[in-house]
Amino acid sequence: MSVNTNIYKNKVLAVASSGGHWTQLLRVLPALTSSEIVFVTVLESYRSQVPDNKFYLVNDATRWNKLRLIVLALRVAWIVGQERPDVVVSTGAAPGYFAMLFGRLFGARTIWIDSITNIERLSMSGALAGRHADLWLTQWPHLAKAKGPHYGGSVL
Amino acid sequence: MILVTVGSQVPFDRLIRAVDEWAQLRGRTDVFAQIADGSYHPAHMRFTDFVDPSEFKRLVGEAQVIVSHAGMGSIITALELGKPIVVMPRRACFRETRNDHQVAAAKHFGEMGRIIVASDELEVADKLDYSLTVRSSARIDTKASPRLIATIQDFLKGTSTEQHSLDDITSGLHNVTR
Repeated sequence: MSVNTNIYKNKVLAVASSGGHWTQLLRVLPALTSSEIVFVTVLESYRSQVPDNKFYLVNDATRWNKLRLIVLALRVAWIVGQERPDVVVSTGAAPGYFAMLFGRLFGARTIWIDSITNIERLSMSGALAGRHADLWLTQWPHLAKAKGPHYGGSVL
Repeated sequence: MILVTVGSQVPFDRLIRAVDEWAQLRGRTDVFAQIADGSYHPAHMRFTDFVDPSEFKRLVGEAQVIVSHAGMGSIITALELGKPIVVMPRRACFRETRNDHQVAAAKHFGEMGRIIVASDELEVADKLDYSLTVRSSARIDTKASPRLIATIQDFLKGTSTEQHSLDDITSGLHNVTR
């Protein structure tokens, strides 16, 4: 009888807000084929695009609405605590920022991929996420710096 | 069919009005617009507030041309299905977004020849006329560049990590709620 010692799959928490953030997250999934992926996003209608995966809904928020930010932070903290992912990956924005923050607290390795739309400077969440990301990426070579963010390809 | 979309978040009446006027001018009756609760209701196009992602993909697949704000969700979907897309960027000065990142994105992808850019509502009609003369281009791959996939996979193979302390969390929360 052979014993499969490799049966444990990495658990990845994949986090994105709506529109381009979500579209870009879907494009990096081929990098995660050997992992169990749990999604966190802001629109119920996205659930049908990942029907075989666990799926959490959170509210979106911007820095202009503090109450929504706090509700979001608590919800994301709860999800991270429930799921205890090995890896957190996000393409932005606020939900991804909090997932990096709390993911690190629970010992996950964290990946931030700043949206390809941020050509002239990083997004605000992307700039703040730098200190919580083990792999901190911009999709534009000219925005890369020695101490990060780094350039390592793009979603296109 | 021509599909107009302003994305899943906020209205963009300046674009909807411009395309509505174009539809009237050209006598087009096959324009469909997603307007996101916009207060301007088009008179010459069918419209809806939101469409879900699978329906959106189906509409993009059917459309001859897409007209859109410069949101990456719309642009990437059009490129994935090989459709010409006319893009008008939202402007911060009209409170259509928080900053002018769409202006930079439209300019860049326009210069690369991947999208057709209408800088403002005055350019919409010309760019739309032009887009109807453009053939569909090759569909792009639906996954990230090989380099980005490799970057992520190499990272996942490694082991480096720094666990956060509670101090990092409190200062992180402070930063963002400041």
